[in-house]
Amino acid sequence: MTWENSAITIATFLPLVGALVIALVPKEREETVRALGIVFTGAALVVAILIAGGFDYGGRSGLQFELDARWIPAISARYHVGIDGISLPLYVLTFALSFLCAVYTWRFVPKPGKTKAFLALTLILETGMAGTFIAFDLVLFFVFWELVLVPMYFLIGIWGSANREYAAIKFFLYTLFGSVFMLLGFLGMFFRSDVAGQHTFDILKLQEFAAGAGFSRGFQLVVFGAVGLGLAIKVPMWPFHTWLPDAHTEAPTVGSVLLAGILLKMGTYGFVRIALPILPDAAEVYAPWIGALAAIAIVYAALACLAQKDLKRLIAFSSVGHMGFVMLGIATLTPIGINAAIFGMVAHGIITGMLFFCVGSIYDRYHTREIAEIGGGLMLKLPYLGGVFAFVAIASLGLPGLAGFWGEVMALLSAFNPAGALNTNLFRVFMVAGGIGTILTAGYFLWMLQRVNMGTLPEKWKSESFSDMVAAEWVSWVPLLVAIVALGIFPRLVFGVTQEPVDALMHLFGG
Amino acid sequence: MNQAIDYYAILPEMILSGTILLVLVVDVFLRQKRKWLAMPLAFVGVLATLIATLTLIGEERSTFDGMFVVDAFAVLFKVFFLSVALIVLMVSLRYFRDGRFYQGEYYFLLLTSFLGCMLMPSSRDLLMLFISLELVSAPGFLIAAFRKADPRSNEAGIKFFLIGVLSTAVMLYGMSLVFGVTGSLNLSEIGQALSGTLPDGQEPLVLTAILFIVTGFAFKVSAVPFQFWAPDTYEGAPVPVAAFLATASKAAGFAGLLQVMFVAFPNQHEFWAPIFAALSIATMTIGNFIALQQRQVVRLLAYSSIAQAGYMLLPFALVSADAGLNQDAFAAAVTYILIYAIMTLGAFAVVIAMTRESRGLLIADFAGLGRRAPVLAVAMTVFMVSLAGIPPTGGFWAKFLVFKVAIEHGGIGVLLAVVMLVNSVVSLSYYLAVPKQMLFVEPEFDRPMRSPVLVTAVTVLTTVAIVAVGVWPELLAHFPPLSTLVGR
Repeated sequence: MTWENSAITIATFLPLVGALVIALVPKEREETVRALGIVFTGAALVVAILIAGGFDYGGRSGLQFELDARWIPAISARYHVGIDGISLPLYVLTFALSFLCAVYTWRFVPKPGKTKAFLALTLILETGMAGTFIAFDLVLFFVFWELVLVPMYFLIGIWGSANREYAAIKFFLYTLFGSVFMLLGFLGMFFRSDVAGQHTFDILKLQEFAAGAGFSRGFQLVVFGAVGLGLAIKVPMWPFHTWLPDAHTEAPTVGSVLLAGILLKMGTYGFVRIALPILPDAAEVYAPWIGALAAIAIVYAALACLAQKDLKRLIAFSSVGHMGFVMLGIATLTPIGINAAIFGMVAHGIITGMLFFCVGSIYDRYHTREIAEIGGGLMLKLPYLGGVFAFVAIASLGLPGLAGFWGEVMALLSAFNPAGALNTNLFRVFMVAGGIGTILTAGYFLWMLQRVNMGTLPEKWKSESFSDMVAAEWVSWVPLLVAIVALGIFPRLVFGVTQEPVDALMHLFGG
Repeated sequence: MNQAIDYYAILPEMILSGTILLVLVVDVFLRQKRKWLAMPLAFVGVLATLIATLTLIGEERSTFDGMFVVDAFAVLFKVFFLSVALIVLMVSLRYFRDGRFYQGEYYFLLLTSFLGCMLMPSSRDLLMLFISLELVSAPGFLIAAFRKADPRSNEAGIKFFLIGVLSTAVMLYGMSLVFGVTGSLNLSEIGQALSGTLPDGQEPLVLTAILFIVTGFAFKVSAVPFQFWAPDTYEGAPVPVAAFLATASKAAGFAGLLQVMFVAFPNQHEFWAPIFAALSIATMTIGNFIALQQRQVVRLLAYSSIAQAGYMLLPFALVSADAGLNQDAFAAAVTYILIYAIMTLGAFAVVIAMTRESRGLLIADFAGLGRRAPVLAVAMTVFMVSLAGIPPTGGFWAKFLVFKVAIEHGGIGVLLAVVMLVNSVVSLSYYLAVPKQMLFVEPEFDRPMRSPVLVTAVTVLTTVAIVAVGVWPELLAHFPPLSTLVGR
């Protein structure tokens, strides 16, 4: 075992170890539990940063920090993990957000307490999310993919708001339903693959196989349908999004942040990593449909946002729209589109995670999420919190110079000129729809700010003494705010990493 | 027939028989307060049997003119049955001691049932198979009715008895037809006799016989439409007995079924594979949908066990002319049965711990258990999630292997896999009902719930086993190759 081949395993499983350690601490020692949460997520983040530091950005293609070890020979599944330019931003984001969530939990433990269980589940969740981005074996990928379901179910079900049980089971059943079809698709790929006379679950080998002989077209169409369904539900693509507003709205703040920040990206990542490169013919057939659903999602989500009365539900619906831009980029099957998609994933993870933090903190003060009840004047009452909220909302609507801009604009740009096999006119229609969506997005965010931030403070809040941003909020938010600006100004922070592996991936579609 | 008896091969059975008699005799001389000592005695006896069985690993022995065989398949199942026996004994102690039952008789009957289980995977002869099956069931009729004061327990016993006798009669009739056609009782000889083209008029006879035998076994493993006895019996019987019926007794049925179908009738697969497809679909679907309605936890587990039987029947529907595929199907069925038994035993152990607090064993009674007994609550959650087949638990790999064979088979296999996975998703909603009560709902009173030491030990043990298999499924592959039966 060297650093080179064990680093990502250490980073991925450190949170799981943390969960076990926390489970053993007596529950009376509340402070210790919270500190341990920060220590373990922090340690994992440090390892992740060291990985990012040791990552060879210069032209070296293929996986780094790779480990391909024996796991279950009986079913030809291997413990194959590694990291490349596509995984790296999402991988680091996972650890960063989880750490910041643990910091936030230092001060804000949602009702009904039980900090121990809360942090233990969050840590298990972290391992599942991180593992998904580094698994290069379909079975391993699936195990990590499913590992997030149980902790998230309990996070929503125990610490959620009023309608939590319904939201939790809906989330679980809906995503499970999709993922079991995905599993069938994986098994189908396994038995139809032929790498030197062997069936394989290895994603890289399957990609090579696809680049060579490949699966038959008819088979690809069926399997893409099965795998795509599982991924699409996770993203979620319209019309499979209905679990999302419930889950995001009912989840505790940390749960929403991680759901929006990381969990959704697992779906889009799966498209980029598995569905497109292994099933390229089917991808070309499905791309217009995906593009159409993405365009619908963008417009539909914007319209839905305009109708929301609940602040958190509004943010949740905005996720559907942003993920629509990501899917639109992917559907163009162009390097620009995929790069935009990955950028969009990272940017959305940071911005929407931040928005959910803000909404959580607003709720913590006001004990309501109804826009009408808050009734405006947030800037007057809580200037710092209001300011941050306004800043992040504006970042989310895609203002140039902030992180939200690049993913959206490049996704639209790529739709102007999709891959050769696709109908250009059709995608230009999607682009126009997306453009209208951006305007509507700006509209609903600004209207939201107008109703929440601006105006005079309603009578009933005047006598309340709310504390403005506290230390835990400053510490957990500042890194995200810095990242929003940094990515807006230096998009190369992400594009520089993703460009090369995306180009390699796109050779499957004839350059 | 003048062949010498291979005593080494039957050593475990002899030790177990000795223990059974010892338990019965010793019980007579124990005072009422000391009656519980029958359990440690039985425990030691089973442990000795287990050790004797472990020495047989890797052996290939055959005695009584091929009626009794020791091979990898038999040893695997014997070790499994003995482990189940140990667990059932552990969870029985408190239950039967507190409940003023006839303890000596109970352990005597329970072990006799397990003796039948032990014989089952070794039986390669219809007659032997029949005797083992009866040996499993007959004591079961009695211990199912052991809660004498409760009419539901009487109902449990009588239902189980009537159905058991009926199914055996049907099966026996089928066996007699097979004997009439082939002139043999030995399974592999039957297989050979039926491998060629049959003389005119014999084909329908053989197919009828297969149908009868399958029907008989379908009762034993509680497959739809022969399942209706199971929920009533499980609910009425003492909970440790229900645990025994849902795991060891069911697994014994499957062990017998595997041998009959894969050894004696593989050549008629075109006839019976579709029957199993229908049985499997009906069993999992109906089991799951009725389970959704359950409010009582033992009934929930009963319907869950029916649904799970549907998954175990699925590999039977995939048998074809391809020997390699058949081996995979066989291995998938065996693995499923073993993992299913661990999860179910664990769940029953938690229920047994609950019996001290809740007479009705309603799911609602589990409210707030997460606070009152965190270990049990976490364990129960693991079992439920595992039964639903969510990674990283053992239950996932059980399902995974079945899916894998089904996809490998293609055609109808894919259809069956889709039905099964829709069912798995449906099942999640009732499996989660229990953790939901335990963790989402606050307890009525905060007093910690105390569970007997042995029961807690069992839940912890099974939880560790389920998670260990989930993370490192290779553990199962270290079992001796499962192909010995099918490969021949």
